Amino acid sequence: MPSLALLAQSLASGIFIGALYGLLGLGLSLAWGLLGQINLAHFALALLGAYLTYQLGTAGLDPLATLAIVLPAFFVFGAALHWLFARFAVSAFNSLLVTFGLTVIIEAAIQWIWSADFRRLESHYADIRYRVGTLYIPLPELLTLALAVALSLALWAALRYTDFGKALRASAEDASMAQAFGVNAKALALLLSGISAALAGVAGLCIALSYTLAPSQIYAWVGVVFAVVMLGGLGSALGPLIAGIVIGVSEALTMAFTAPSWAPLVSFSLLIALLLLRPEKI
Amino acid sequence: MRTLGALVAAGVALAGVPLLELPAFYESFFYLVFFWTVLATSWNILSGYSGYFSFGHGAFFGTGMYTTATLTMKAGMPFLWTLPVCAGIAALFGVAIGAVVFRAGRLRGELFALLTLAVSYVLATVILNTPIDGGPGVSLAAVAIPRLAATPPSTFYLLALAAAIVTLAVAYQVQYSPLGRGLFAIHDDEDVAEVLGVPTYRYKLAALAISCALAGVAGGIHALFVSYVTVGETFSIVVPLSVVLMSVLGGTRHWLGPAIGAALITALLYAFTASDYAVAGRAAVGLILIVVILFMPQGVLGQLLRWTARPQPKPGSGLEFTHRHAAIQDLTPLLSATGVSKAFAGVQALAGVDLVVRRGEILGLVGPNGSGKSTLINVVSGHYRADSGRVVFAGSEIERLSAHRIARLGIARTYQIPRPFAHLSVLENVTLPAMFGHAALARAEAEREAMRWLEYTGLAPKALVLPGELNLHQRKFLELARALAARPQLLLLDEVLSGLTPSEIDGAITLVRDIRAQGASIVFVEHVMRAVMQLADRIVVLSYGRVIAEGSPAEVMGRPAVVEAYLGKAHA
Repeated sequence: MPSLALLAQSLASGIFIGALYGLLGLGLSLAWGLLGQINLAHFALALLGAYLTYQLGTAGLDPLATLAIVLPAFFVFGAALHWLFARFAVSAFNSLLVTFGLTVIIEAAIQWIWSADFRRLESHYADIRYRVGTLYIPLPELLTLALAVALSLALWAALRYTDFGKALRASAEDASMAQAFGVNAKALALLLSGISAALAGVAGLCIALSYTLAPSQIYAWVGVVFAVVMLGGLGSALGPLIAGIVIGVSEALTMAFTAPSWAPLVSFSLLIALLLLRPEKI
Repeated sequence: MRTLGALVAAGVALAGVPLLELPAFYESFFYLVFFWTVLATSWNILSGYSGYFSFGHGAFFGTGMYTTATLTMKAGMPFLWTLPVCAGIAALFGVAIGAVVFRAGRLRGELFALLTLAVSYVLATVILNTPIDGGPGVSLAAVAIPRLAATPPSTFYLLALAAAIVTLAVAYQVQYSPLGRGLFAIHDDEDVAEVLGVPTYRYKLAALAISCALAGVAGGIHALFVSYVTVGETFSIVVPLSVVLMSVLGGTRHWLGPAIGAALITALLYAFTASDYAVAGRAAVGLILIVVILFMPQGVLGQLLRWTARPQPKPGSGLEFTHRHAAIQDLTPLLSATGVSKAFAGVQALAGVDLVVRRGEILGLVGPNGSGKSTLINVVSGHYRADSGRVVFAGSEIERLSAHRIARLGIARTYQIPRPFAHLSVLENVTLPAMFGHAALARAEAEREAMRWLEYTGLAPKALVLPGELNLHQRKFLELARALAARPQLLLLDEVLSGLTPSEIDGAITLVRDIRAQGASIVFVEHVMRAVMQLADRIVVLSYGRVIAEGSPAEVMGRPAVVEAYLGKAHA
């Protein structure tokens, strides 16, 4: 039985890793649920964002300031990707295959530019940690949580209350009907796809601040984040964050009570149970 | 048979390659081609044919790897003996998963893909944390490599070649067997396949078992080839993704497609690895995948087959109905439903319906929209299970049977909105029920029977096109031909006339009369009242899930209760 302090620490780290799952899942879930686009390249994009942050940060730019470059670039990339899918009428399943191809290309590009060696961003943020009682909370992880919460809430509110959000949800349900009512579904889809890719850029910043980078890292979170997206409900803005934290905490507790290598069992058993028992909820 | 012979001949010819004493480099390259051929082709037998895309192929392949690793290292079993065990354990594992998954609702598409992916992560975690692996991986360096050839690389070459030939032969056999026909139908429309008589659940399980067994053998061989088995490598997401990629690239609707994809990709990667541009090679593979999916969604082989000429339709043998007895109307009940009820989330669609269909009659089933006509058809044909009540057909109780068994007993139906199998030709659409329905014919005879019904419905010139090229009228007649090819005793026609022009309706009325004259009983759901009055011997009126009237057409349609159900109460 682990001590109370250890338990609290693992709870906290579960919340933080869960926030990263949620942040990675957010763009994925919106593009999947609202655009029918299963974007495996989201992970490659996030890691590419992390490498760009690393490169610009190493060149002396403040990591947060790199977003000013990464976000617009990724937005354009995401919009272009959706334009391609719309142009060729790519089905949801084929979008998974196309973006797998894209993932392989991005992975090769990363390896080409930065090699397969580990890279680590040295920034003053990484050294700052707060002490709360017996807990140590590093600033980068706190930043991840804050960004995940803020972006999830903002997108949730945008989808629920703004005309943009209502039009998006309407065209996700029935695109031709929404268009008959004057919704410019094509422009909205490009916009959302761009936002989704930009969200991968934000996740990339968080990864660069907290993790050591290697090209193979692209595949590290694929399984668990897909589980988070399904558990959170496709197209939901708050779902991935909540599901991410649930899975993050349950993984952290599994690690504390058994061995770290047992952690994946929890998330994937949850996913299997959900798929078998409540498939209509997805 | 010719194809199988060619396969065996190719296998024998390729088995001679080690005698050429090429550098070992060639043998390991071909080993990889054969290895990926087995994996991709075995994946395709379930996923390509039936459309259940699995991302869990790594799990079944991994089962084989760890079976061989465990049996050779811990039990001291000779390597070759472990291969059948690999096949058995992987197949059992697959069937156990399929028995749960294929029962649970309709888990298709992305959901099935994710579920199978999750299963492989769970398996990987269990293997990693138990003595099967325990973390560091298992080394097979101490296992004796059987001496099938002069050198170990030659041995592996021969093993993988044998596995690839067997796998391709199995994939070929499956594609052209009833199993394959059924799987392709499941791919397009699983509900309709079941209603036409395809035992969908059993077929999916069988395909999964075959697919897993072959992947298990590939895993067993590969374990010794790499000689060091780790969880990270075995269960990496790259394995299922590569398999999907190769199959889609080559073409998933043909037994040879995945092998072509496997050879292309392996050659490409190998060419670049051999030079200094391994990274560029992988990027090229990614780019090729994107281009193929965008421009050739059917895969390389699918595209090639489209370019080659279509075969001409075989001339039909003309109409013969010698196998059919003359019209009998002996008034004994063929189908009787008693107290049938069915509710959907609070809506009582059927509230205790009693109904009898007599042998040889045409029964018109009418009623306002939402009165339960289609639900009744869905219950009788086995698509829905009644909440209560009995349905007896030709002496057997059918209310608990699955739809394909009811079809076998001799009930066929049409759909109001035609639901043809989109990727099967018109002829194949009609051949399927002749094989799986009441007629239960062998393939060649089923095809002749199908051709007969295509001529009967005027669709013979369209026999080899895909249903997408038919107009509504022709699609309605395709529905009819499909139901008739099963040689049903009872035919349920769900609004076959809706959407047709008046002259087309006249043609259809004649057709329905002919069908009855050949001995089938017909339940006829229709809104076109003219046709109902002309055709029906008797009509039954449903309203709010109850029978409100029954009798001869002219008499029943004049009753106040019936008029009220259609037009509302008169306020005089």
